[in-house]
Amino acid sequence: MGAYVIRRLLLFIPMMAAISVITFILIQLPPGDYLTSEIMAMAERGEEVDEAAIEALKLRYGLDRPMVEQYFRWITNIILRGDFGRSFHWEQPVSSLIWERLMWTVVISLGSLLFTWVVAFPIGIYSATNQYSIADYLFTFFGFLGKATPNFLLALVLMWMGYVYFDLNMGGLFSAEYQRAPWSLAKVGDLIGHLWVPLVVLGTAGTADLIRVLRANLLDELSKPYVTAARAKGLTELKLIAKYPVRIAINPFVSSIGGVLPELISGAAIVSVVLSLPTTGPLMLGALLTQDMFLAGSFLMLLTILSLIGTLLSDILLAVLDPRIRQTV
Amino acid sequence: MNPPAAEVLLEVRNLRTQFKLRQGVVRSVDGVDLTIYRGQTLGVVGESGCGKSVTAQSILRIVPHPGEVVGGQILLHGKAGGAPVDLATLPAKGQRIREVRGGEIGMIFQEPMASLSPVHTVGNQVIEMALLHREGGQDEAREAVLDMLSRVGFSEPERTFDSYPHELSGGMRQRAVIAMALVGRPSLLIADEPTTALDVTTEAQILRLLKRLQADLGMAIMFITHDLGVIAKMADHAAVMYLGKVVEHSDVDALFHDARHPYLRALLSSVPRFGGSVQQRLASIEGIVPDPFRLPGGCPFHPRCPESIAGRCEVEVPVYRTLPEAADRGVSCHLHAPLGEPVAAQR
Ligand SMILES: Nc1ncnc2c1ncn2[C@@H]1O[C@H](COP(=O)(O)OP(=O)(O)O)[C@@H](O)[C@H]1O
Ligand code: SF4
Ligand SMILES: [Mg+2]
Repeated sequence: MGAYVIRRLLLFIPMMAAISVITFILIQLPPGDYLTSEIMAMAERGEEVDEAAIEALKLRYGLDRPMVEQYFRWITNIILRGDFGRSFHWEQPVSSLIWERLMWTVVISLGSLLFTWVVAFPIGIYSATNQYSIADYLFTFFGFLGKATPNFLLALVLMWMGYVYFDLNMGGLFSAEYQRAPWSLAKVGDLIGHLWVPLVVLGTAGTADLIRVLRANLLDELSKPYVTAARAKGLTELKLIAKYPVRIAINPFVSSIGGVLPELISGAAIVSVVLSLPTTGPLMLGALLTQDMFLAGSFLMLLTILSLIGTLLSDILLAVLDPRIRQTV
Repeated sequence: MNPPAAEVLLEVRNLRTQFKLRQGVVRSVDGVDLTIYRGQTLGVVGESGCGKSVTAQSILRIVPHPGEVVGGQILLHGKAGGAPVDLATLPAKGQRIREVRGGEIGMIFQEPMASLSPVHTVGNQVIEMALLHREGGQDEAREAVLDMLSRVGFSEPERTFDSYPHELSGGMRQRAVIAMALVGRPSLLIADEPTTALDVTTEAQILRLLKRLQADLGMAIMFITHDLGVIAKMADHAAVMYLGKVVEHSDVDALFHDARHPYLRALLSSVPRFGGSVQQRLASIEGIVPDPFRLPGGCPFHPRCPESIAGRCEVEVPVYRTLPEAADRGVSCHLHAPLGEPVAAQR
């Protein structure tokens, strides 16, 4: 087990290096850079383009340098000084912009994962052990409904319902009066009052998926001989199902840890815009549009690394759960 | 062969178990009669699909959904005498049948790897049985497990305790499964083709082991196999099954030397004389096994029976009856019908 973890951790280093390179190439791919798009914007607005200032900026950020040099400059600054560069658009260091948003992204991701688990676990087990019961059909129906509803639509519906029926503004994570207030119990309460909306919105599709997977896996497992053998031991049905087939059918839950962050990056940006959540999505979208390369690159890289960590965690957990994985890898 | 004082442990009378499927009802067990004596071995033999496993599952009431025990009796006699429990009428999820499972009747299965959970250690799976069915706490249970592991032939039981099934060889896994079935000290061990998945050498070892354990621990064994040679080696009595019914039930001596049922006689007269599975022998019996949804009327064997009585065998279902000259022998065949009384009528 220890050897397995160490091997996985060592693999991590070249993977991170590769990711940083790919990220850098990706953000350089669109034609031009921030300065050219800024010049164009200024020209469109009919503003005077200050050639000297542009040249100064170019020099300062090394934009006139070859790509390889730019990459090494960027990555050594990050590794040695924790300096992610400056955001052109916001005229601030990237690090002052991203950490809080990253934190909220992680909080909301983990929260929606938790929501997914808490809902999917009992329903999946119930559906499998009561296959073709009325409740099973109902869960299946709502599962498909949840899967088929676009996130942002669900977000809009929830917000509209909150507004119409409860006279609540459910966007954001805090009410206006707590937005800038220092942390207090009341503020935490306010946060929880807002937080459930994105958790439900972001968790619904995943919950539907997980229920289906757990139900199918568990049905497979329930008909296996080792379950009959365990039944022949005289265990109660509940103990026996919890100890054996569920233990094996649970793997998709663990795997879902690895998938939650990429999901939030790719699918949830629109939801974050709709719900005005302080996550990375909206800011990153903006940064990509304006070619704010250091900001976009930092987000992209950090989120990818977080996803890698998620995958690593889920792989290690899978190995803890299943001794056969430990041996073969 | 068996001393007259042999005490009956389990009696199965006219057991019927069905699977209600969309395509129709499969009568997997359709009137099975068995008698198992305390400390002795009953062999149950028949070709694949004749209902041996479902019979065993019915006794423990673990027939998989949508199967159901729909009739008959499964009488388990207690050590102290007294009235037997009828397992056939117990609620399948109730407390009493759970005490029987593993506590009074242990079971081992054909495929040892499949009957162990791949993600739990051997010790974890065996000790569970000890905790459920023995007095005492964790320490006593662990002691009992280690003792049983060394009895079934593990030289380092402590190490085996912490191993996973995939770390053991096929024969070793089956030993672990045997230890698991016996650690609750049941009075009956049901072994459902326990050596079919093993090679010949390992099979011989496991058979010897079962005999030695029986001598040491004194449990009865219901040994399910499709191999008449194994019956000859292992069993005191044997029941021959055909299409969900016991067609002949007797002590092993009489079974091989004084067979009454035409099906059994056909099996025995076909080469190879001894050894060889029922399947191999069957190749020489004319006809094929009928479709489970459309069993022939009358005696299920009549389309293949060389001695079939025209006008009777294809209409009238033969009843399982004891032979008048041997109370512990039974046959279900019209050739023997007038001689004995129906078993059911005797009780
Ligand atoms: N889970 C099940 N569902 C439907 N039919 C079954 C099931 N298990 C067994 N059967 C049917 O019951 C009959 C007897 O099966 P079984 O007892 O497994 O035979 P065997 O003598 O080879 O052990 C077969 O016809 C089989 O198709
Ligand atoms: S009852 Fe008739 S058909 Fe069936 S085995 Fe006996 S003789 Fe043959
Ligand atoms: Mg079988």
